[in-house]
Amino acid sequence: MTGEFGQLALCLALALSLMLAGSGLSGARAPAALARRVASASALGMLVFVALAFSALAYASIVSDFSILNVAQNSSTMKPLIYKITGVWGNHEGSMLLWVLVLSIYTAMIVFARRANERMTSAALGVQGLLAAAFLLFILLTSNPFTRLDPMPFEGAGLNPLLQDIGLAVHPPILYSGYVGLSASFAFAAAALITRTRDWVAAARPFMLAAWIALTLGIALGSWWAYYELGWGGFWFWDPVENASLMPWLIATALLHSALATERTGAFRAWTLLLAIAGFSLSLIGTFLVRSGVLSSVHSFASDPTRGLYILGLIFGAIGSALALFAWRAPSLEEGAAFAPVSRETTLLLNNVFLAAATATVFIGTLYPLALDAMTGTKISVGPPYFAITFAPIAMALLLLVPFGPRLGWKRADWRAALRTLAPAAGMAAVASIAILAFTTPRTLAGAAAFAMAGWLLAASIIDLLGRKLHTAGTIASALAHAGLAVTLIGIAGTTLWRSEALEVLAPGETMYVGGYALRLDGVVGDSGPNYQAARANIAVLRDGKVIAFMHPEKRFFPAEGQETVETAIRTTIINDLYVALGDHRDAAHWIVRAYVNPLAPFIWLGALVMALGGLAALWSRVRRTQTAPDLIAAPAE
Amino acid sequence: MNAKKQRRLAFAIAILVAGFAAGALVLYALRDNVLYFYSPSDVQAKHVTAGVNFRIGGLVAIRSIRHGTGADVSFAVTDGRATVPVLFHGVLPALFHEGRGVVALGALDDTGVFTATEVLAKHDERYMPPEVVDALKRSGRWKESE
Repeated sequence: MTGEFGQLALCLALALSLMLAGSGLSGARAPAALARRVASASALGMLVFVALAFSALAYASIVSDFSILNVAQNSSTMKPLIYKITGVWGNHEGSMLLWVLVLSIYTAMIVFARRANERMTSAALGVQGLLAAAFLLFILLTSNPFTRLDPMPFEGAGLNPLLQDIGLAVHPPILYSGYVGLSASFAFAAAALITRTRDWVAAARPFMLAAWIALTLGIALGSWWAYYELGWGGFWFWDPVENASLMPWLIATALLHSALATERTGAFRAWTLLLAIAGFSLSLIGTFLVRSGVLSSVHSFASDPTRGLYILGLIFGAIGSALALFAWRAPSLEEGAAFAPVSRETTLLLNNVFLAAATATVFIGTLYPLALDAMTGTKISVGPPYFAITFAPIAMALLLLVPFGPRLGWKRADWRAALRTLAPAAGMAAVASIAILAFTTPRTLAGAAAFAMAGWLLAASIIDLLGRKLHTAGTIASALAHAGLAVTLIGIAGTTLWRSEALEVLAPGETMYVGGYALRLDGVVGDSGPNYQAARANIAVLRDGKVIAFMHPEKRFFPAEGQETVETAIRTTIINDLYVALGDHRDAAHWIVRAYVNPLAPFIWLGALVMALGGLAALWSRVRRTQTAPDLIAAPAE
Repeated sequence: MNAKKQRRLAFAIAILVAGFAAGALVLYALRDNVLYFYSPSDVQAKHVTAGVNFRIGGLVAIRSIRHGTGADVSFAVTDGRATVPVLFHGVLPALFHEGRGVVALGALDDTGVFTATEVLAKHDERYMPPEVVDALKRSGRWKESE
């Protein structure tokens, strides 16, 4: 029953999405008030039915209804309840359903946030309807989560144990909120082009901010998960799947900055539209890379060529029509006010140039191997060294410029005054780099450069927060976001430049040494969880001969899935992480133990949190402003 | 009008300069930092030079896993036609088993032994790295039922 119910809900949602597309787009014409009302109603109806379909799948997973193929393949009765729920999106079909659910939620938010130009909002709803229809059709045709299985098995195949983890359970919904959130700015950009609306940015900005915050948190969460779950001690592998989420983030960051100028002075009007289109296009490409099975990773649930082809078609359709619309309408856009070479606009321009270049290098590094394989059959992979050479210098050049933006005025500014307020930050940078050279081993120039940059950014943010008489929410938001960058940079530099690593085979009673700590293996005992058996090590951590802590890394075996996972033990002092993973056992008594000391590792994710907080500050002020003074929103240009 | 043209020009120049700089970086980085993927048959056929890093993929040969002292381990990667011995110092991934798919990263030494710096196995029971599937297909060892 649940299956039929979900199937029906999906079909109705598809019908409503088509209705939304039709009514929304016809509501873009001036007199079509009825169409606009129909569009709002269909958007809400679509959300209801997608939510019902999603609940049906969640229910089937909770009660272990193995007559549904998707549940039988990805769940088991032994699985804890929380992972029965989160396991709904731990597979291809369910994750696509989640994608559409998030899309429907954003669409409903556009309905409720409607304050600006009615016609443009209606067109934006129409575009969202088209996207929803394309994805619902994709689900129904190639990835139906409600396909039946007959005869029904007694037990399901279970969920990949790597995914049975709370960090990874919440990672997809958050990341999707980012990916799909970019659909809203895409829809507004397309709607602005369709209705020839000049001032569309104000209406789209809350969605840009929400998407950017979600992407920031989603990427950080994914990287944190890779850090503690994979047991390799690394936080970022330049894996194509990671790159697929980084590219939309870079473009979303560029979009936020360029939209700032467009909204304020009308500068970069066409470029901002293009970025809004590019951001969502990269989300779609990311979805294709991750879901089509062309990449080998924990994300590639299954490879089915028809799915890849369908998504590829969807990408070409969406990007192609958006670009065609852009080419048709953008030349008629009126240019904004001129600005001098020294002005905030120039810094925002440079920000965008660097971010676009950084995105391009990541894009080439990610897609070049795929293109080469498709064309010549030669299989290559592009690893971290490539990104260290291309991405890092561009990012550093960008970071160097960051503090100038907030202290230069619009249109024309005084660079001497800006430099004067930055003098303490330059001092801070010098002190930080000298301190690094003087007090750390090994002595690295890269470390000195990274810390100089972090000091520069942090000090500039602090000056911004302290030095001004009047704080606008914008100052606080940018200071926080830029400080977050500095914090993350500190973490990345610390972990990559000063990590210590040790790998030993230990018998109980034996000791290994890593980065000033001694680790004594006291024993390994058997243990069991709800759906796994575990080998649990008891390791005493000694410093200067005294036991300061006990750590318990585990190896878990999941019988339902026939798979093992590593549970690392991490002891953090914020200043550094002691990271211990249990490897294979050699015989009854000997175990391989791998240990790292990762200096400053927690700063990586702390920085992302601070950045997201900056985004929240901007979002909060924006939402409050539109609620208290709706007339601040620019009137439509007819 | 003049200011507008000036700004356009500045914009175009900025994009061009950044584009060239990024392009140069990309070309430079791609020249030396690309890893090729070879199956054991490729390794035999192409006479890969010792010391050049690449990735090798195939199945872990049956009864080839030998544990040495400490964390040293040796095994062989096969695609059914050719077999390459591999040496590794480190922790093998949890899904590393004989007869299963594996991808290793490293270089050949002078004696034709592949010294791996990293060993990756497939992510779950049902999943095979696409490169390995391809290598097995080319050597005729792949059955669709697998």
